Amino acid sequence: MARHRGHNFDSGDHVPVLFELRDVSLSRGGRQILESVEVEIPAGATAVVGPSGAGKSTLLRLLNRLADPDSGSISYCDRPLDSYAPLALRRRVALVPQLPALLEGTVGSNVAYAAQLAGKRSDPEHCLRLAGLDPRFAERDVAKLSVGERQRAMLGRALAQEPEVLLLDEPTSALDHEARDAIEATLADLRRELEISIVLVSHDPEQARRLGEWVVRMEDGRVAECGPLTEVLA
Amino acid sequence: MSTSIHVSAGQVAATLALVALAAAVSFWRKADLERDIGIAALRSFIQLTAIGYVIKLIFEADTLALVFALLAVMVVFGALTARSRAKKVPDAFWPLLIALAIAGTSTLGLVVALGVFEATARYLVPVGGMVIGNAMTASAVALNRLGDEMADSRERIEATLALGATAQEAAAPTVRRALRSGMITLVDSTKTTGLIFFPGTMVGMLLAGANPTDAVRLQLILLYTLLGSVSIAALVATTLAYRNFFTAAQQLREMDAEAPA
Repeated sequence: MARHRGHNFDSGDHVPVLFELRDVSLSRGGRQILESVEVEIPAGATAVVGPSGAGKSTLLRLLNRLADPDSGSISYCDRPLDSYAPLALRRRVALVPQLPALLEGTVGSNVAYAAQLAGKRSDPEHCLRLAGLDPRFAERDVAKLSVGERQRAMLGRALAQEPEVLLLDEPTSALDHEARDAIEATLADLRRELEISIVLVSHDPEQARRLGEWVVRMEDGRVAECGPLTEVLA
Repeated sequence: MSTSIHVSAGQVAATLALVALAAAVSFWRKADLERDIGIAALRSFIQLTAIGYVIKLIFEADTLALVFALLAVMVVFGALTARSRAKKVPDAFWPLLIALAIAGTSTLGLVVALGVFEATARYLVPVGGMVIGNAMTASAVALNRLGDEMADSRERIEATLALGATAQEAAAPTVRRALRSGMITLVDSTKTTGLIFFPGTMVGMLLAGANPTDAVRLQLILLYTLLGSVSIAALVATTLAYRNFFTAAQQLREMDAEAPA
């Protein structure tokens, strides 16, 4: 992890930069999704906020190379992102997509599969507990889960890979307030218990206030503002 | 098996009454297929007449070079036809061409090597035509399904890629379903053959006055040969075609002008 560069938060802590995007642009189907994006994402909890269509999810997908930009450069821990093998990078920088999309089978088999891909020891019960699910869910068929349970199972599956960074795309957008609060509490616990950084995409500034330390505000494919929570969402 | 019958042009013309019946049904029930029925009848007449003369020439010349040339043309046209049914698969032509070529050569090579048929035009042309035709249908169905499944399973495939799975691993359930759908029609029809329907070769031989035992044996040979060729074609087509949905960096290609938020 980069130690020589970083940001000073309000607490006075020096926080290293994880991702650095320079002049990043991307278009799809003739539409400009990202335009000259310049942003640094430090270790810790970063919230990417902005209205629907601002390019938040696309930005997230670039960070673990589910997509590549048309132009510009992205680095992770001071190394160009494209110098990492994509599969190895994705096991270190795990993305939990907005729509829960588990493999057929049980929750446990999904978690075990993710652990096996990352070459980690499989402990579905532990991962599910971290994701706020009862360990007995390991035996449950994914087709019989509620949306909130699926979202947690996706989180547990990502945690099985013991990633350095969790990229979360609107993790609570399909949930009611109660389920949303539970997921947010889980994420806050994860930050405390594990040395893991989080990049969270959310359309809800209040959620960014609750979970983020650093905030990237996007508008029309550009970074409108970026900085500590207290400055951007004051 | 060598009995031959003479069919007059008048007899063929008489069956046009049934084509007229089909068109009448379509017109009566507003199925809007009259034009297609007319085109189908005309095209089948022209194409079969033309291929009849070509086959006659090839039988008379009896050289393997001409046989292979005819089969190669069938493979190319088969791949072009199948591609039109697999529109959602990017660059589907090459996987289909390779699938049909491998299915045709391996199946024909095997039946000749096993001594089932002689390597002469009289056997290779009709059997090759059946093999390539069935392989075309199977690979077209398989790739059609592959295209639909890849679109429907996009979120799941990308979520699996996001875990660091390879494109092959992420697409495996989708490819498996596509392969199965390409093979299942022939497997099912083979199961019911003789009970619910009589296959074409057997019918043709019986009409031509062949011994029923010979007709059944030849039909079984062809059914088993087709099972092999169809499985090879569907396997090769799906195995090659799924790759076209992914980039070298194991990313799912954008298929539509969709723009994630």
